Amino acid sequence: MATYQLNVNGQRKEVNVDPSTPLLWVLREELKMTGTKYGCGISVCGACTVHLDGVATRSCVVPISLLGNRRIVTIEGIGSDPVGRIVQEAWVEKDVVQCGYCQSGQIMSACALLKANPKPTDDNIEESMGGNLCRCAAYVRIRQAIKDASKHLA
Amino acid sequence: MVSLYLDLPTSAQEAGQAPPAKIYPPDAFIHIRPDGKIVVQVNRVEVGQGTHTALPMILADEMDADWSQVIAELAPAADVYKDPLIGVQWVGGSTAIANSFPQYRELGARARSMLVQTAADRWRVKPEQCHTASSIVYGPGNRSVRYSDLATEAARRTIPDKVALKNPSEFKLIGKPVRRLDGRAKCDGSHKFAIDLDVPGMLTALVARPPVFSGKVRSFDDKEARAVPGVRDVFEYPLVKGSAVAVVADKFWIAKQARDRLKVDWDLDGIEHADSSRLFAQYKELAKTPGGVALKRGDEKAIDRIPESQQIVAEFEFPYLAHAPMEPLSLAVRFDGDRAEAWVPAQLPTWEQMAIAEVLGLATEQVKFNVLFAGGSFGRRGLVDSHLVREAAAIAKRVRGRPVKLIFTREDDMRSGYYRPMFVHRVEVGIGSDGAPLAWRHVVVGQSFVKGTGVAMEAVLVKNGVDKLAVEGSSDSPYDIPNVDLTAHHPTVNVPVLSHRSVGYGHNSFVRETLMEELADRAKTDPIGYRLKLLNKDAYKFRAVLTLLNEKASWRTRLPAGHAVGYACSEYNNTACACAAELSIVNGRPKIHRVTVTVHCGLAVNPLTVESQFQGGIGFGLTQVMPRGAITLKEGRVEQGNFDRCTPPYIADAPADIDVHVVQSTEPPTGVGEAPVPIIAPAVVNALFHLTGKRYRSLPLVEL
Amino acid sequence: MVRGLLLLLFVGACIVMSRSAFSSNHFKRQSKSDGLVAWQQVYSVLTSPRCINCHTATNYPQQGDDRHRHFANVIRGPEGKGVPALNCVSCHQSANADSTGVPGGHNWHLAPLSMRWQDEDDQPLSSAVVCRSLTDRTKNGGLNAEALLKHHEEEPLVLWAWNPGRRQDGATRTLPPLTHPEFVTATRQWIDAGMPCPR
Repeated sequence: MATYQLNVNGQRKEVNVDPSTPLLWVLREELKMTGTKYGCGISVCGACTVHLDGVATRSCVVPISLLGNRRIVTIEGIGSDPVGRIVQEAWVEKDVVQCGYCQSGQIMSACALLKANPKPTDDNIEESMGGNLCRCAAYVRIRQAIKDASKHLA
Repeated sequence: MVSLYLDLPTSAQEAGQAPPAKIYPPDAFIHIRPDGKIVVQVNRVEVGQGTHTALPMILADEMDADWSQVIAELAPAADVYKDPLIGVQWVGGSTAIANSFPQYRELGARARSMLVQTAADRWRVKPEQCHTASSIVYGPGNRSVRYSDLATEAARRTIPDKVALKNPSEFKLIGKPVRRLDGRAKCDGSHKFAIDLDVPGMLTALVARPPVFSGKVRSFDDKEARAVPGVRDVFEYPLVKGSAVAVVADKFWIAKQARDRLKVDWDLDGIEHADSSRLFAQYKELAKTPGGVALKRGDEKAIDRIPESQQIVAEFEFPYLAHAPMEPLSLAVRFDGDRAEAWVPAQLPTWEQMAIAEVLGLATEQVKFNVLFAGGSFGRRGLVDSHLVREAAAIAKRVRGRPVKLIFTREDDMRSGYYRPMFVHRVEVGIGSDGAPLAWRHVVVGQSFVKGTGVAMEAVLVKNGVDKLAVEGSSDSPYDIPNVDLTAHHPTVNVPVLSHRSVGYGHNSFVRETLMEELADRAKTDPIGYRLKLLNKDAYKFRAVLTLLNEKASWRTRLPAGHAVGYACSEYNNTACACAAELSIVNGRPKIHRVTVTVHCGLAVNPLTVESQFQGGIGFGLTQVMPRGAITLKEGRVEQGNFDRCTPPYIADAPADIDVHVVQSTEPPTGVGEAPVPIIAPAVVNALFHLTGKRYRSLPLVEL
Repeated sequence: MVRGLLLLLFVGACIVMSRSAFSSNHFKRQSKSDGLVAWQQVYSVLTSPRCINCHTATNYPQQGDDRHRHFANVIRGPEGKGVPALNCVSCHQSANADSTGVPGGHNWHLAPLSMRWQDEDDQPLSSAVVCRSLTDRTKNGGLNAEALLKHHEEEPLVLWAWNPGRRQDGATRTLPPLTHPEFVTATRQWIDAGMPCPR
């Protein structure tokens, strides 16, 4: 067990966990922030995506011991970001979600894309979102929502 | 999802002959809060299919409720929430809207009637002098009163026997595109799924399962496992077949570390070690012999009199499929000796509540059963043998006094799950001189998840030893084929199987629609026209969707070089649909450029939902053709453990362009969750024939 | 004063001469045939999974001893670091994550296409072709012999191959066919021989 100081959505948190504990489970069970989801545990589905110092990262494979002092932003906090807010509104506007379980990860990935490239092409969208699984296959509306969000970005 | 066709009308047309509808008490479904919010109890678990919005829409429309004030909640298990036609509380068979449309309309209308009556009494006027809009009753002389100010008094009234429903022309919500009630919360991390449950005192359990189905624990060494701080207990308990070792700990990661350190000696003797290759070989042999009769029409020997040159003989192979919903399986149970509480994302609350009671030695009423949101299901949470709740109850019984959340890791469900069975079909088609099929001999081989289980619906579904759910799509083919000999074998295999979104249509429609297109190609006829000509005169919904497809897929005559189009149609519980898919081959793989889909689902209660279910259902249906879309077994062990080896479609695999067209209809609404799934795989391989010259009859498409 | 300057010049010249002498005379001279043998050893490491999986000719990395295409549709991206939302560092951290089975090292990314050691059908390129790539300074990032040796000795992602971490099931990833010291020695021997390439 070790103690870690975290910066999550701008707030300071302290946790005491085994160093091998993935960030995903620290968020979900220590901090009770269940917006970040467990879908596979091996970084193949993207449901666990958070931002670490602005980089979209799959939290299920990052042991807390390798986090360092990187600032964490989760789905619960991305709405405070201007791009995050626009993306969430686009997701609601286009009625993207079905079961919704993958959508935290989809939104966090979409935000990373749009922050790096506010005017992505169809190919850009397909490449950046290419590793986020959706079993409901809501992909058509995911594409539409990203394009819609893009329109609202300078 | 399971379709429970008991001797009750499930088709919209038959509804007119149904027994008189039960009167449902509005206060079990509607709670009007003093602040004006209207809380609607939805008697169906939301797995993504959109009932959480559509059912409240139906009720709110008849009630003239202010939609912006409507909140939906998942109803717990209770008699009043049972499906009005089926008699159990459940989600399956794409029946929610079809079976609860009248129910929720009447609930809304009754509530409105009681509110109006209350206002009328207060004002000493006649109810006919009042009208309602947006949660307000208006009376003569500019009087008005909010529903929330009438609610308490209205609830005391006698529930009226009869109630007038709106004329469909008055619908304000029904038939309109309405965004999901659960949409926003699913976008900001606040929405809670079953796996997110956190109740006071909760522990987490992970289970070490036998590597071969039905295996037993011979012994286990938990010394290292128990040494992990935060581990509470390690013990063996029975599975439906075989046994397993549970690890109960404070948190998931602790349980996982402990389970990784557990050493189990498994007894795998005397059980079948199923193997996909061996099974396919066995099934193919079986398929050469007739099985139990599913359908016989005309002259069963007609096929033998047709020369070989006028026959198509085709063998089809379908592998096991994993449902693999995005949210891994989880549920929680707490046992307190004289009562219990359960939190389950349940498709079958009625049965699961009973199963928990049985395991814990309680009366059903002593089990409080909460229904939670599910992150997808596709049938995986519709458990005929209630195995999940039985396991959770057994663990809760041992732990006693604290809630235990049982979680399946992704690997647990993929390797030790319940699957869509593998199937082999062998079909001999005899072609008439007009190019139409004259005779059709068809043997289906595959496990039944109903036969031999002893559940109530077995008697209804299994006749002549044939499970209806294994042959639907063939037994109810919409085409007029004069001579049909359809039989089936249901081998017993040591692999657990279950209903899977679109059930029998998933493979039967593939067989039917690929053969239909092959026949059309042989007859050098347009495939849509060929099907239309062959349709039974009663198949009016098929006729409508194919006719509409002909119109909406006009792009099919202007394909670029290297592109081809394929077609298919299918149905599910009275909803018919058809599609045209445009493909080319890119880097050796099929690339789907666009799909045009048409659907007849009667009145589309929420067009936004219909569109999403069709776009999503087609994406889901592509799993069958993905090169790593299958589950295979080798010497008793499932070869895939996670999405790296069993890989469903990602965004690049699904078409970017899926346009959905609904046949305008005022008929009673029918369900849409499953109808789209079977049509895309046959459409894809039908198009591929024009690109590669090959007929693909073995799924998945590993290489072209 | 002039004598001082001349002395300075002489010393400078010696230093310059001995630098070039350092390059050519510091290492023990190897025969060309010994050099080719050493090269084959180097080649055997370069084309082992832990190295070649990131030296692809395609749009994607590989993974596993069977070198299958990396899952989750990760792709090269303009700088070999993936694309937004799907960067290498989205999963690969600065060190191996044994508890979750993901390998890691400093600055995890793909080797540039100029340093591809496979063809577009994922088949390893021949020893001759790889050798020529390695010795072509327009392809190898401008490394001369000394820098190449240092790269093999010290570059974190190279060293990673001998400390590749565990998979989720606890199994250690297979190591290259030589130890790291053997690899460095073979590199040195090859360089001593004048970096000969097979035909």
